[in-house]
Amino acid sequence: MEPFIRHTAVAAPMDNDNIDTDQIIPGRYLMMPRDERYKTYCFHDLRLDDNGDEVEGYVLNRDPFRSASIIVAGHNFGCGSSREGAVFTLVDAGFRSVIATSFGDIFYNNSFNNGLLPVVLPEDAVNALRAALHDNPGAEVTVDLEAQTVTGPGNLNFSFEIDPHRRHRLLNGLDAVGYTLTFEDKITDFERRYEADGR
Amino acid sequence: MATGPRTMFDKIWDRHAITQNEAGQTLLFVDRHFCHELSFHAYNMLHGRGMSVRRPARTFAIPDHYTPTTGLEKSDYASEAHDALVANLCNNAERNDVTLFGLDDERRGIIHVVGPEQGITLPGQIVVVGDSHTSTHGAMGTFAFGIGASDVSHVLATQTLWQPRPKTMRITVTGERPVGVSAKDVILTIIGHIGAAGGTGHVIEYAGPVIEALSIEERLTVCNMSIEAGARAGMVAPDDTTYAYIEGRPYAPKGEDWEKSLAFWKTLPTDPGAMFDREVALDGSKIAPMVTWGTSPEDALPITGAVPDPGAVADAEKRAAMERKLSYMGLRAGMRLTDIEVDKVFVGSCTNSRIEDLRAAAAIATGRKAKVETIIVPGSGLVRAQAEREGLDRIFIDAGMDWRAEAGCSMCLAVNGDSVGPQQRCASTSNRNFEGRQGRGARTHLVGPAMAMAAAVTGRLTDVRALGGA
Ligand code: SF4
Repeated sequence: MEPFIRHTAVAAPMDNDNIDTDQIIPGRYLMMPRDERYKTYCFHDLRLDDNGDEVEGYVLNRDPFRSASIIVAGHNFGCGSSREGAVFTLVDAGFRSVIATSFGDIFYNNSFNNGLLPVVLPEDAVNALRAALHDNPGAEVTVDLEAQTVTGPGNLNFSFEIDPHRRHRLLNGLDAVGYTLTFEDKITDFERRYEADGR
Repeated sequence: MATGPRTMFDKIWDRHAITQNEAGQTLLFVDRHFCHELSFHAYNMLHGRGMSVRRPARTFAIPDHYTPTTGLEKSDYASEAHDALVANLCNNAERNDVTLFGLDDERRGIIHVVGPEQGITLPGQIVVVGDSHTSTHGAMGTFAFGIGASDVSHVLATQTLWQPRPKTMRITVTGERPVGVSAKDVILTIIGHIGAAGGTGHVIEYAGPVIEALSIEERLTVCNMSIEAGARAGMVAPDDTTYAYIEGRPYAPKGEDWEKSLAFWKTLPTDPGAMFDREVALDGSKIAPMVTWGTSPEDALPITGAVPDPGAVADAEKRAAMERKLSYMGLRAGMRLTDIEVDKVFVGSCTNSRIEDLRAAAAIATGRKAKVETIIVPGSGLVRAQAEREGLDRIFIDAGMDWRAEAGCSMCLAVNGDSVGPQQRCASTSNRNFEGRQGRGARTHLVGPAMAMAAAVTGRLTDVRALGGA
């Protein structure tokens, strides 16, 4: 997994709340193996119409935002299904971080297993960031996991909280299974006691 | 570990805690793990590491998402790739000695129907599935939650998961549930009340007289949609209703084990005086049959209501969002919900495909005719067999409806070939009305099973109470 330390890039504002996992990757693509096509599934039905033509005005179809690799959303980004495909497609399409006031719990969790950093900021901070990105399309945002800060256009500067375990794993690109196996003795011991009890 | 009076959640969590790390995450032991076809990513990761399933006896594989509902011939599959995906799950199960409820096994069905039905899911357990509606199993007094592919592979490899401790919320539904109001209406009312993100970061315990009076199948419906309120999980304390449901099921403990388990289960309910991080109370006697009008489950209203008016919304961003929803749904502000005509009706999904759901649906269908295409998909092979023993299939067929032979997720997720066409409108007993969920451009109105049938026989969203049904 690619470590995440800090990332500076064009950020795309997404104004709708509840951008669910079905919008991020339509259900019909979930059966596909992870290959180079995954990046093309990202926001597929929002980006493209029934004929496969670009939907005019959709944020990621507008020039300054085509190269965006940070998303600034509203409430409850990634709500809905557990499909890790939603994170795979964002990562494969080049996204490294999503900033929102809240996330779907499972999406949030899945992100850390794939080097995508979800950042929770208060509503006024997220609103200010999106407004600034609308006013300066193509402006860059810096997400710094080490310093736990987000910096945006016009001197916007916010700090964020994050679970130290997840931060550590992301900063170092650590694989969870390898880490857990270092607790093998404890697991075996627990299993023995637990199962002696008939469970 | 919590001290003093503990919630049911605390008790289950503490019992499964193997260790904690410096950052405060807990390594939890997992009792039961179910896999469906989309576990292929996880099995690939596992095999890629040169590992196999650590505890096969705790793992069950059940194909449900991509299986056809019309039959099990090659020609019933939506494509060869669908067939291959199902075969892949069966291979992964075999390769790892995992119990498989295969295609022609009558016990096969939607995982969240089968787990409780077989007595695999039991009170006090931790249950995980690579599926967000795992919250369903919480109805048994279980901490059950959905996980993504990387975590599925972690459970396959270690039978454990690292988790930060979630917050707790108790939702107390007081009073008495009115006649004509289903468990689906209860949970849609709750989601409408707390919002689609209202439960984020929390585990919900549903409590109060309305919840206690629910059957297990109804509790499964309520817990199923906890995730639509953003919650990590939902649960109901086990009681005599629970024990009566479990006793005698194939995987349930027997004899001396049963007595021992029962004694343990009785220690699970939340202690008096235990604190929740958040408490919500709702008057259950005010709940009416519900329907959603928008593209989030929180967009739920009593069927007696009208499509909301964006013009009445002060906040510009919220107004725009509502306008977008109405345009996607093809609805006019202010129109009565009962004036909305539907093109299709779907009764099924892990929310509403159990025998009691089918009975409620059949009660409305009896002696009536479907005005629109209506499909009914049982939640498991055993539900189907029971429905056929009771003659429910005849009622549906006589009403001109499509009774499906094979259980599965079907039109809930619309990846097995059963789908709703672009701009078609569907009254559906499933759990998500997201844009494109039932097919690209599909318009979904979430309802309970009797309400779905009321729509089927009238061709429009209808207050089931006007048809004399529950
Ligand atoms: S019925 Fe629908 S919600 Fe339930 S497991 Fe299947 S796809 Fe998921």
